[in-house]
Amino acid sequence: MSLSRYKEALYKPLIDENPITLQILGICSALAVTNNLTVTLVMCVALTSVCSFSNLFISLIRNHIPSSIRIIVQMTIIASLVIVVDELLKAYDYETSKKLSVFVGLIITNCIVMGRAEAFAMKEKPLLSFFDGLGNGLGYSVILIGVAAIRELFGAGTLMGYEILPLVSNGGWYMANNLLLLPPSSFIIIGLFIWAIRSYKPAQVEEDDFALSKHKTNEDLTKRELNV
Amino acid sequence: MNDSIIKTLGVAFTICLICSFVVSSTAVSLRDMQNENKANDKRMKILQAAGIFDSNKDIKAQFESLEPKYIDFNSGKLLTGPSLDEFLAQHKGDYDQIAATRYSDYSKSLSTAEDIAIIKNRENVGKFYLLRNEDNSINKVILPVRGYGLWGTLFGYISIENDFNTVAGLEFYEHKETPGLGAEVDNPKWKALWPGKQLYKNNEVALEVIKGKVPEGDTNLAYKVDGLSGATITSRGVTNMIKFWFSDSGYANLFSELDYES
Repeated sequence: MSLSRYKEALYKPLIDENPITLQILGICSALAVTNNLTVTLVMCVALTSVCSFSNLFISLIRNHIPSSIRIIVQMTIIASLVIVVDELLKAYDYETSKKLSVFVGLIITNCIVMGRAEAFAMKEKPLLSFFDGLGNGLGYSVILIGVAAIRELFGAGTLMGYEILPLVSNGGWYMANNLLLLPPSSFIIIGLFIWAIRSYKPAQVEEDDFALSKHKTNEDLTKRELNV
Repeated sequence: MNDSIIKTLGVAFTICLICSFVVSSTAVSLRDMQNENKANDKRMKILQAAGIFDSNKDIKAQFESLEPKYIDFNSGKLLTGPSLDEFLAQHKGDYDQIAATRYSDYSKSLSTAEDIAIIKNRENVGKFYLLRNEDNSINKVILPVRGYGLWGTLFGYISIENDFNTVAGLEFYEHKETPGLGAEVDNPKWKALWPGKQLYKNNEVALEVIKGKVPEGDTNLAYKVDGLSGATITSRGVTNMIKFWFSDSGYANLFSELDYES
C-alpha cells in the first residue's frame, strides 16, 4: 500500500469530493450549528472524531460483520462513539455542550458518518479507513467553519465571541444582519460555496437529468409542422 | 459462513457487550466532573438571578458572597439556632431540596387544588439565598421556584428586591421546553422584562404572564409580563409557578420574617 493512497483518502474529501458541497450530505447540522464559530469548531471536532474512529472500528471487524445485520452493527458502533463524545463534552466543555444540545446526539444520524462506514470502511483496510473518515470530517469542517465565520462576523459582528465589527447597538458603526443568524442563511451561503467550487472545478457539475431542448420559433418549424 | 445464524447472533452479542461496556464506563468515570459542571451552572444561574454574576471571576468564589438560608414551608418560619444545626447535621450540610421531594419524610404531597404549579410534592424545607449590603441589611432574596410547563418541570431562581415585592431577576437552570418556542424562557430579551415587576396587589399574587403583548399604558403594567408567542402552555406554567411559590404554601410568610430580621 503506497503512501499516496493515504494522502488521497485524507485530501480528496477536502475540495474534490467534499461531503457537503459535492455529495450534499450532513446539511442538517450545517444549518443548525453554524451561527457561532466556537460552537461550530466543537461540533466539527466531534463529528471528525466520530467519523474517523467509526471508520477505523468498522473496518477492523469488516470481515466478520454478517451482511444481514451490517447496518445495525455500524449504527451500534457509531452510536456508542457519539455517546462517548457527548459525555466527554459534558465533562470538559459544559457551556458548549449545552449550546449544541441535541446536535451532538444527532451525529448518529449524520449521513456522512453512515455513508463513509458503508461505502468505504466495509471494503478497505483499517488505517486507510481511518484517514478517509478523518478527511471527510475535515471536509465537513472546512465548509462549516467557512459558513460559521461568515454568519457570526456579519450576523453578530464577532468571531469566536471577540468583537470585530463594532455594532451600532454598542456604539459602533456596524448594523448586524439578523438574517445571517437564522438557519436559512446557511442554505444561501452553502449554495454560494457550491457555485464557487463548481466554477473552479467544472468536473463537479452534474449532468442535467433532463436535457433542455432549444426553443423553436415559427421560422424554424417546417410547413408540415405548421400544418399549412 | 459470516451469515450463519450462530455467527450473526455471536457478532451482534459481542458488539453490544463491548459497546455497552465502553459507554457505561465513560459515563461512570466522567460523572463526577459532569455533576460539578451542573452544580457550577446552577450557581451561575443563581448569581445571574441576583444580578451579580461576573464571568471573569471564579463562580465558586462569587457564590460564597451569598448567604444560604432555610425556610420551613409548613410553619412559614426560618430555621434558626438549634433547629437549623439539627437540620444541617441530618443532611450533612449538603441539602438538596429537589432530592428531598422524593421522600415522604422530607416532603408533603400536595392536594390537586393546592398544587397549581403541578409539582406533586413540596419539600418541607426550602434552601434560598440572601444577598446582603455592606451594612448587613438585606439587598436581595434569591428563591428557588419550579413549575410544570409543556414537556416537563421548569427549575429556576427568582430574585426579589428588599421591598419583598419587586422582582429583580429570573433565571431557569433546567427545563425541557420546545426550542424556539417555550425554550424562549431563556431568551435574555424576555428575561429582561421581569425586573421591576410587582408580585403582590392587595396581598394577592397578581403577577402573571399574559397572552400576547402588554398594551402600552395598561393600568396593571407592573403585574403583567408579555407572553411567549407560540408557547401558551409554557407561559401559563410560569404564571402558575409564580402563583404557587408566592402563595401561603410557598414564600408568602417568609417575607414578614425577613422584614423582622432586617
